[in-house]
Amino acid sequence: MVFRKLALAASVAMAMATAAHAQISDGVIKIGVMNDQSSLYADISGPGGVVAAKMAVEDFGAAKKGMKVEIISADHQNKPEVGSSIARQWYDVDKVDVILDVPTSSVALAVNQVTREKHKLFLVSGAATSDLTGKACSPNTIHWTYDTWMLAHGTGSAIVGTGKKTWFFLTADYAFGHALERDTSEVVKAAGGTVLGAVRHPLNAQDFSSFLLQAQTSKAQVIGLANAGGDTINSIKQASEFGIVKGGQSLAGMLVFISDIHALGLPTAQGLIFTETFYWDRNDASRAFAKRFAPQYKGNMPTMVQAGIYSSVLHYLKAVEATKTDDGDKVAAKMKEMPTDDPLFGKGRVRADGRKIHDAYLVEVKKPSESKGPWDYYKVLATIPAEKAFRPESEGGCELVAKK
Amino acid sequence: MTEIFGIPTQALFGQLLIGLINGSFYALLSLGLAVIFGLLNIINFTHGAQYMMGAFVAWFLLNKTGIGYWWALVIAPIAVGIFGVIIERTMLKQLYKLDHLYGLLLTFGLALIIQGLFRNEYGSSGLPYSIPSQLTGGQNLGFMFLPNYRAWVIVFSLAVCLSTWFVIEKTKLGSYLRAATENPELVRAFGINVPRMITLTYGFGVGLAALAGVMAAPIYSVNPLMGENLIIVVFAVVVIGGMGSIMGSIVTGFGLGIIEGLTKVFYPEASATVIFIVMAIVLAIRPAGLFGTQK
Repeated sequence: MVFRKLALAASVAMAMATAAHAQISDGVIKIGVMNDQSSLYADISGPGGVVAAKMAVEDFGAAKKGMKVEIISADHQNKPEVGSSIARQWYDVDKVDVILDVPTSSVALAVNQVTREKHKLFLVSGAATSDLTGKACSPNTIHWTYDTWMLAHGTGSAIVGTGKKTWFFLTADYAFGHALERDTSEVVKAAGGTVLGAVRHPLNAQDFSSFLLQAQTSKAQVIGLANAGGDTINSIKQASEFGIVKGGQSLAGMLVFISDIHALGLPTAQGLIFTETFYWDRNDASRAFAKRFAPQYKGNMPTMVQAGIYSSVLHYLKAVEATKTDDGDKVAAKMKEMPTDDPLFGKGRVRADGRKIHDAYLVEVKKPSESKGPWDYYKVLATIPAEKAFRPESEGGCELVAKK
Repeated sequence: MTEIFGIPTQALFGQLLIGLINGSFYALLSLGLAVIFGLLNIINFTHGAQYMMGAFVAWFLLNKTGIGYWWALVIAPIAVGIFGVIIERTMLKQLYKLDHLYGLLLTFGLALIIQGLFRNEYGSSGLPYSIPSQLTGGQNLGFMFLPNYRAWVIVFSLAVCLSTWFVIEKTKLGSYLRAATENPELVRAFGINVPRMITLTYGFGVGLAALAGVMAAPIYSVNPLMGENLIIVVFAVVVIGGMGSIMGSIVTGFGLGIIEGLTKVFYPEASATVIFIVMAIVLAIRPAGLFGTQK
């Protein structure tokens, strides 16, 4: 008897809750953070990405606004088939409304496809390939933090601008590396430079000496590293061992994160020039965020990918609040309509092709003597304004962009 | 300049040398595995984790106590070796009478736990460890720039490999060891403490892994995952050489390093798989491996 009363009370309560959030499926906004939690990209976002998403939910004040938000996470092991099966499981069984992050471009492209089929929402922070807002663009995908075109133009143009015109690439052999090499080659060629060659290495390689030797033999002025995470760390470390920079060739890390610099140490990393869209020590707002983030993530400062997750969740929740639904198609449209504004990336917007745009920063790694301590690593050389930092909408070949 | 298959010979020499350097890590690691398998019949999947622990001990010594590389070469293998001895005494010992598979499962599980703990604490990007000041810089050999540290790696690991081979195959101690594996009861009848000898052998094999870890620390970053990928390759090396064959593991270690190095020139995309292709071919032709004998 008692049980039946309880059951009745519960179902009434549920009916009321459902009435209050008529459009939120199951009454819960469910966010799935999917990334590399255990391998070479784990420090770029990984468990720290989950921390950033939680902070965004708190800062948005979801609980006070009566919105129930739940965050779950999974490790895609950098394998597209694992990523797409998690995505299907999340959408079909676990009722996840939005998937976040997904570094490793090959996995992101797979999740991009699944999300589109299911009419859900995919907010990419960790993946780099510019194809996500180009030929593979989708109305249900928003690419938040950075992409290969932006990196190629930010870093590539800066280096070609110093008069170094011959390039050789060390490329991670999968979608991301290929996209980064392609986008950077275009920049180099457009500036009158030449690409002397490239070597494709397997993802998560340990030893780069053989590849570096080929780069050395090519006599190119610049060795472009079209890889990321652990691969970039090992390339730079071993390049210094083989005296590549001392021999007169320059290294261009096309995608470098602050976690990589922390792992390399300033004596090895000093002088590297690359592009980021977030640096924790840039202004008061970013410092305040970092000071709250670090204690929750073993004292590590946030990377741009983690900052991007925070920023995208904030904008997502604003759009859900405005549309009063968690329907993927409707929220995506609203996110594109509303201008973005948050403490970390400032003002910006989401374009029709799904590209979120904001300023980018060309940074140089400090010398050990210039650094005040751990995590004081960058000098900001230049700010690239949002409209220039990313590929013009008309050039990406995205079907969502109205042809003029 | 003369060319072979479109690659300048000078560049080829460089690649051969680099293959040899990588081969010395394979040799050192597969040697430890071969010793453990040959004498204990344990397939030690914890080897990669123990290699990683060696590198971490070197890092701890430098950053917490200021003890540098040279002492780490001595201390890390002993420390990790003791850890191995504890594992052998408390866990592996129970499994000798069972099928190989149980030892494999136990050590595999341990490897996952150890790597997981380190990754949880230190992340995946790794920690910096620099080359000792005496070995920085390098020599210009004409066809390539050879960092001094890499030259040291080749020489030192070759020396360690050959002395291990010598001790096991050519000395009285080695003959006791080998006899103890063949017929422990009989050897015990001669008054030799067989269990202790087996424990120490395991400790030694583990120590070799840790030694390789210390040597790898300045080249690769000290990384919780550094052993995870390597161990699979090293197992392939052991299988190709013939499970338990000491000389086999040394020769195959260096040999496969060279084959892998050449693949990186001619078809870099396949460099991660070439060793397994070789393994498949060898197993098809000689199931016991190149230097193994069918028991």
